[in-house]
Amino acid sequence: MTDSKHIDVVVVGAGHNGLVSAAYLAKSGLQVLVLEASDKVGGAAATSEFSEGFSVSECAHFLYSLHPTIVKDLQLANHGLFYVATDLKTVALSSEGKHITMAGSEIQGEDVSTEDISNYRRFHTQMKRFSKVLASSFTHRPPRLVDGDMKDKLSLLKLGWNARKMGRQNMLELLRIGAINIYDVLNENFDNQLLKGALSLEAVLGSHTGPRSPNTVLGLLYRRVGETYGFRGPTIPSGGMGNVSNAIASSATSLGAAIRTSSPVERILIRDGKVAGVKLSDGEVINCDRVISNADPKYTFSKLVGYPQLETGFSRRAANIRMKGNTAKLHLALEALPEFTGLNTNDIGNRLVIAPGPDYVENAFNHAKYGEFSEHPIMEISIPTVHDTSLAPTGKHVLSAVVQYAPHNLKQGWSEANEEFTALLLDLLESYAPGIKKLVIASELLTPADIESRFGTTAGHWHHGELALDQFLMLRPFPGMGQYAAPVKGLFLCGAGSHPGGNVMGLVGRNCANTLLEAGAASD
Amino acid sequence: MTDLEIPPLLLQTPFHSRVSAACEMNLWEDWKGYTTPVAYSNVELEYFAMRNSASIFDITPMTKYRITGADGHAYLDRLVTRNLKNLDVGRVMYTAWCNDEGKVIDDGTIFHVNDDTFILCAQERHLDWMEWSALGFDVKIEDVTEEIAALSFQGPTSCAILKIMGLTGVENLKSFDLQHYPFGQTQLMVSRTGFTADLGYELWIEPDHAEALWDALMAAGRDYNVKPVGAEALQIARVEAGFIQAGVDFVPAEQEVRVERSRSPYELGLGWLVHLKKPNFNGQQALKEEKLKGSRFRFTRLDVQGNKPAENSFIFNRQNKVVGVVTSAAWVPTAKRNVAFASLEMPWGKPGNELWAEIYYLRELKWARVLEKCTVIEEPIFDPERRHATPALDY
Repeated sequence: MTDSKHIDVVVVGAGHNGLVSAAYLAKSGLQVLVLEASDKVGGAAATSEFSEGFSVSECAHFLYSLHPTIVKDLQLANHGLFYVATDLKTVALSSEGKHITMAGSEIQGEDVSTEDISNYRRFHTQMKRFSKVLASSFTHRPPRLVDGDMKDKLSLLKLGWNARKMGRQNMLELLRIGAINIYDVLNENFDNQLLKGALSLEAVLGSHTGPRSPNTVLGLLYRRVGETYGFRGPTIPSGGMGNVSNAIASSATSLGAAIRTSSPVERILIRDGKVAGVKLSDGEVINCDRVISNADPKYTFSKLVGYPQLETGFSRRAANIRMKGNTAKLHLALEALPEFTGLNTNDIGNRLVIAPGPDYVENAFNHAKYGEFSEHPIMEISIPTVHDTSLAPTGKHVLSAVVQYAPHNLKQGWSEANEEFTALLLDLLESYAPGIKKLVIASELLTPADIESRFGTTAGHWHHGELALDQFLMLRPFPGMGQYAAPVKGLFLCGAGSHPGGNVMGLVGRNCANTLLEAGAASD
Repeated sequence: MTDLEIPPLLLQTPFHSRVSAACEMNLWEDWKGYTTPVAYSNVELEYFAMRNSASIFDITPMTKYRITGADGHAYLDRLVTRNLKNLDVGRVMYTAWCNDEGKVIDDGTIFHVNDDTFILCAQERHLDWMEWSALGFDVKIEDVTEEIAALSFQGPTSCAILKIMGLTGVENLKSFDLQHYPFGQTQLMVSRTGFTADLGYELWIEPDHAEALWDALMAAGRDYNVKPVGAEALQIARVEAGFIQAGVDFVPAEQEVRVERSRSPYELGLGWLVHLKKPNFNGQQALKEEKLKGSRFRFTRLDVQGNKPAENSFIFNRQNKVVGVVTSAAWVPTAKRNVAFASLEMPWGKPGNELWAEIYYLRELKWARVLEKCTVIEEPIFDPERRHATPALDY
């Protein structure tokens, strides 16, 4: 059924960025319609029931960089956004129980030297300072280098000035480490293996890199941007990540946006080089002259638009985006709270990390290069039910773990290997939390193949494209597509594939909405 | 004992046995990896054979891509600047193709051989570009350069000779028609196309039958003084014909190293090949913009005073300022003109502009320099009626 109401903008995909875009556009008085393929909003920031009575944040499970301006502008607190735990610590697990704990700039642990403790304080401040420089470019469209206008030149100047303003030494240090690997930088600073392992994991999470891969320092800086936004550690929203999306959706709806779930868009329609509307998979056509795609750039251009509608060089760059999903998600329904060797029960609700050394992480990555999963994977674990009992039946718990490395292009294919990898992961958990296997009522492993089919992200890549210098700032997702507007007039991108990138931050959605509004104002 | 066979540096075309036997000058050059003759005996005689009787030029090294598959037509239409909708089976079209920036990658001809088979023939190799352009299309692209031997058979008596060779009805081919004829145990594809702006044909055959084709042409053309011609004679003819050449008159866009060295179709005098109203093709947006904002350069054919070819000359305006350079130049004997192709900065090169070519020349170990006045040529330099007359006549 076609709604006869005039629609200014269609947003394809109700991921958190799509919803943020929709909310801002609706706020500016545009008629916005969000079309979502699945039966609920949120995309990869969603909560789902994976076993009867057990729910979990499906993909992302911690919030650590949602931009405060968005929270404020969209009044998310009034729309149900509520945190059950904030500023969580990070516990780097050791199988012998000699864990170390990181909270802000402080680290604790029996084997941590005083030198490492003071070095970490300095390192933490340094990273925060550098992240702040990065963050200064995140809230607006990235500058265009060729044929840039005054705004582009100013934002480039601002970025340079922010780097320079840190002082000569700091700027030189940022330029020195900005493009190198985290492994070397960690070895320059620290001795403790657990500390270096945990930081390595932080730098490579969600990407197809190991700690010795180039520009993994950038990965760490990118995650630390949240500190600039007031997050001193991971945060858990009530009801899981789905409630962040629900709050944004509720805000968008109250501002006048319409959201339709179970409405997969098959095609973005183009006439004479301009957007003409969208066609749904049931054949319904919705006319509009502006479309924002929350889907990843590769999916948008190859499937929704179709490369033949674009030009060769542009298609080539889209097809060449580096995005090999390498991250899986493990969900366990547990009979009771597990016990990790040597871990105080009070600490179990924190961010638990299995990455007992930088070489361990690098070795885990080696397999992925050859289409194999890690024999000794790394894990970022959350047990959200410690803070939020609504996710599981009384007394029971949910464990959620981000797992690497699990390459999308697994040699034997994931339908074969899912069970095998799950068993391997359970064994790994058992070695840190003896007895946990007996507590498992149900389990779910979302491999990159599942993430691709469930969320539509090409190759199941969490960030819609590697976060690396060659796909960063004005080069994200690729040169010539760095400012949200596609060469097809009226088509915009608002997914994590665009600047600044992945994580539940909301800035891509906001920047994209602003770009669309500016473009509208310019052409009217 | 080592039995290591070192492959030759250059390939030989399937006509090589005949070419090398005829090449008295033994003057060879590397053309796209093939060894090819610069001249056979005497450049002037070769040129005049081309203009007054008939000439054979081995074009096997030309790039040939075969495009098959359900989307072949749509694929090519998106690839090139010209509207291919009316390119029916049995027809050939000359066109250019651009990168996203609207700069020419190459120009060439597209042959619609049968329902879902096309052959694209051009100067430069750019299979990667062809493959990237195929994203989202159901097509197969094959480099068939080595699989098809080809001769350019040009000149006023070319049709008569082909008839003697037994190609009945070949005179009825219109310009840019193509037709298959049985030839021995194989098929000979004949197209009325060429690089000389004269009556002429291009002949396409399987390599195994190449020598037989050469022999048949020489035998049928014996009374017509048919001559094999080398690159140098062809160079004079193509300047006379007004045809540009990739790598000489423009830098193929995907080979450009320095910024802004390549040229758009408008900047090469190929604006007539650009159909901006097509739904979507490579370079469309950039070319639309250029059409609005204006081009940076103008491609101009100049008539240079005197008889010294203005090779690589700077072109000056009246204020003695350099406004461009010559890309190709030759004294063309039939039109009796000293022609130069020049790439000039806008707005120079309009008819009536007073321009000067700075020509350096060597006479018995003494270099001299002259400034020769240039006049912009508006009309075709060489365009005989027989070029397009159908049926083609005997001469």
